[in-house]
Amino acid sequence: MSKQTIIELRGIAKHYMMGSEGFYALDGIDLDIYLNDYMAVVGSSGSGKSTLMNLLGCLDLPTAGEYKLKGTDVATLDETSLAGIRNREIGFIFQNFNLLPRATALQNVMQPLIYRGIALAERKQRAQDALAMVGLQDRMTHVPNQLSGGQRQRVAIARALVTEPAILLADEPTGNLDSSTTVEIMALFDQLHSDGQTLIVVTHEQEIAERCHRVITLKDGRLMSDQANKVPVKPLVSGVAAHV
Amino acid sequence: MSNLKFKIIEGTRSAALSIFAHGFRSFLTTLGIIIGVASVIAVVSVVQGFSANITQQFDGMGTNVLNVESYTPRKERLQGVRAKLTYDDYLEIKYRVPGVSNVTPTVRMWGSNAVITYRGQSSSSMIVGTASTYQKLNTVYPERGRFFNLSDDKSRRRVAVLGPSIMSKLDIKGDPIGQHVAVSGEWFKVIGIAEKRGKLFGFDQDDFILLPFSTTRALLGGAEEPDITISLQVDEPSQLEQVKQHIKNLLRRNHKLSKGTDDDFEIATADQMLDTFDEIVGSTTLVLGGIVGISLLVGGIGIMNIMLVSVTERTREIGIQKALGATRFDILLQFLIEAVFLCLLGGLIGLILGFGAGSLISNLTGLPSATVPAWAIVLSFGFSGGIGLIFGIIPAAKAANLDPIDALRYE
Ligand SMILES: Nc1ncnc2c1ncn2[C@@H]1O[C@H](COP(=O)(O)OP(=O)(O)O)[C@@H](O)[C@H]1O
Ligand SMILES: [Mg+2]
Repeated sequence: MSKQTIIELRGIAKHYMMGSEGFYALDGIDLDIYLNDYMAVVGSSGSGKSTLMNLLGCLDLPTAGEYKLKGTDVATLDETSLAGIRNREIGFIFQNFNLLPRATALQNVMQPLIYRGIALAERKQRAQDALAMVGLQDRMTHVPNQLSGGQRQRVAIARALVTEPAILLADEPTGNLDSSTTVEIMALFDQLHSDGQTLIVVTHEQEIAERCHRVITLKDGRLMSDQANKVPVKPLVSGVAAHV
Repeated sequence: MSNLKFKIIEGTRSAALSIFAHGFRSFLTTLGIIIGVASVIAVVSVVQGFSANITQQFDGMGTNVLNVESYTPRKERLQGVRAKLTYDDYLEIKYRVPGVSNVTPTVRMWGSNAVITYRGQSSSSMIVGTASTYQKLNTVYPERGRFFNLSDDKSRRRVAVLGPSIMSKLDIKGDPIGQHVAVSGEWFKVIGIAEKRGKLFGFDQDDFILLPFSTTRALLGGAEEPDITISLQVDEPSQLEQVKQHIKNLLRRNHKLSKGTDDDFEIATADQMLDTFDEIVGSTTLVLGGIVGISLLVGGIGIMNIMLVSVTERTREIGIQKALGATRFDILLQFLIEAVFLCLLGGLIGLILGFGAGSLISNLTGLPSATVPAWAIVLSFGFSGGIGLIFGIIPAAKAANLDPIDALRYE
């Protein structure tokens, strides 16, 4: 059985003008991402990881190259269709959680379903299910600043998952979390992957990258390597513990 | 279309959330609208209270009632000439003008002897000598006792009908019917008490005493004929102009006015007075509308200002919403609904405050009670909502056009 391609990147570049000088945050990226990939993006700070994720998440557009998502060339889409893709196909998880500060955990998770036009009762039900899945069924009426960092990130994950997106994009999801919370989040990602979810995780922690089944490395906006992890069986707990 | 309805419901939900999350700020934001609407409603409610009351008064008079009064042009007045309507004019009109009924003469008693006394109390109330038909023309019916009749008038009986206010002014205790009050030194027997009518422009309409016309005439002394007012009812409203012309010709002939000279009398209909009054109310309302328009404009600019600040403040939130799949239109609608909602709330608060203020003014000044007409409610809500729409569009467009990634990066 051949692998089903979800994302095709061809010659993707992101060019910024900094004063009079031009600068490539991404430079000629060719990449295919397949269904149920569990891929880590590593590279030093400033190598273009976030830039890549924002392009993949349709939050930003490349200055050159072609991005096909499920066969559709993203460059041909208007703003409303892009919003639709962000809503349906992408679940984005940020390092700083990006929860709506005045909304409760439940309301945060319900939010993307509003843009999909789902009625209140069903919205509530689905958000409750998603929160239960990340173990926050008893924190639903808390607002973000009443939650710990790990809990906030789990709300964000529930919010990303509630729309059942084609791909989950996580940009340093554990960057603001302590090691034990990191373990919890990664265990959750493992679980999602084994349930068939496609995941892309930006990280600079070796242990996390090793959990993934595929690792790509960026350097100065270029793709340096794209490797399969043959034996991603090292127990995460001891790995992280060793790291700490 | 149902999709839009869904978006509007959701937008309203989130607008309510964000408005009440910053309750005090929202209140301050919409203060301009609150004050604008409150002041218009206060004034409109008082003016309308007035107007409703006055219309009622005129309705009581009947629309086909004519009032004939003497009129002295300014030039003559300076020369010391005074025009006059006499009892003779009254008789001419009564017996020679067809198509009229309830022709009623009234004579007012003026001057230092025009006082009513009762057991040491005295009151300078309005003293009117009139005929029994007065009650039909003016719809002043006795609440107790009776009105005087033809025979009272013929025999110049000393009987009186009192306005209800006189009772307290003269401190009359017990049953007033059958008691006697003195008018310019002569005793009159009280035979009736009129119904209460309340105040108009702060003027007590119940402070009067009605006496039979001939009795009053006699009381005034025969030396000089008094100037009287003649009121009458036109039986066929369509005949109004003919009747007026008829009276005019008759009086001119009676007063021996030569061609080319002006009338020394005026014929006015209750309708004319009502029209004049309506005009005054109308222009007051217009001027008021202008002032309110300006204040709402200022209020709207205030709202736009705060909304712009709020968009900047919530840039990150907007970025998050866009990342979650909000379209430009979703964000535009959300902020627009927030602005309109805010203004409507302001309008509602203004309405309540304005009506409260209007009622207070009416109560304190003894004016008729304030009423808010439906058009004023619709108009203030329409205006408030419109202001929200107009001044909300710029901040809403600013929010909607934010680039998702820039908004997310905003610190
Ligand atoms: N809006 C921008 N304007 C100019 N330069 C940018 C902008 N965004 C990112 N960059 C630059 O692009 C490079 C890659 O950034 P980023 O993708 O955030 O790196 P990483 O996430 O790998 O640390 C960095 O050098 C950064 O300074
Ligand atoms: Mg980064």
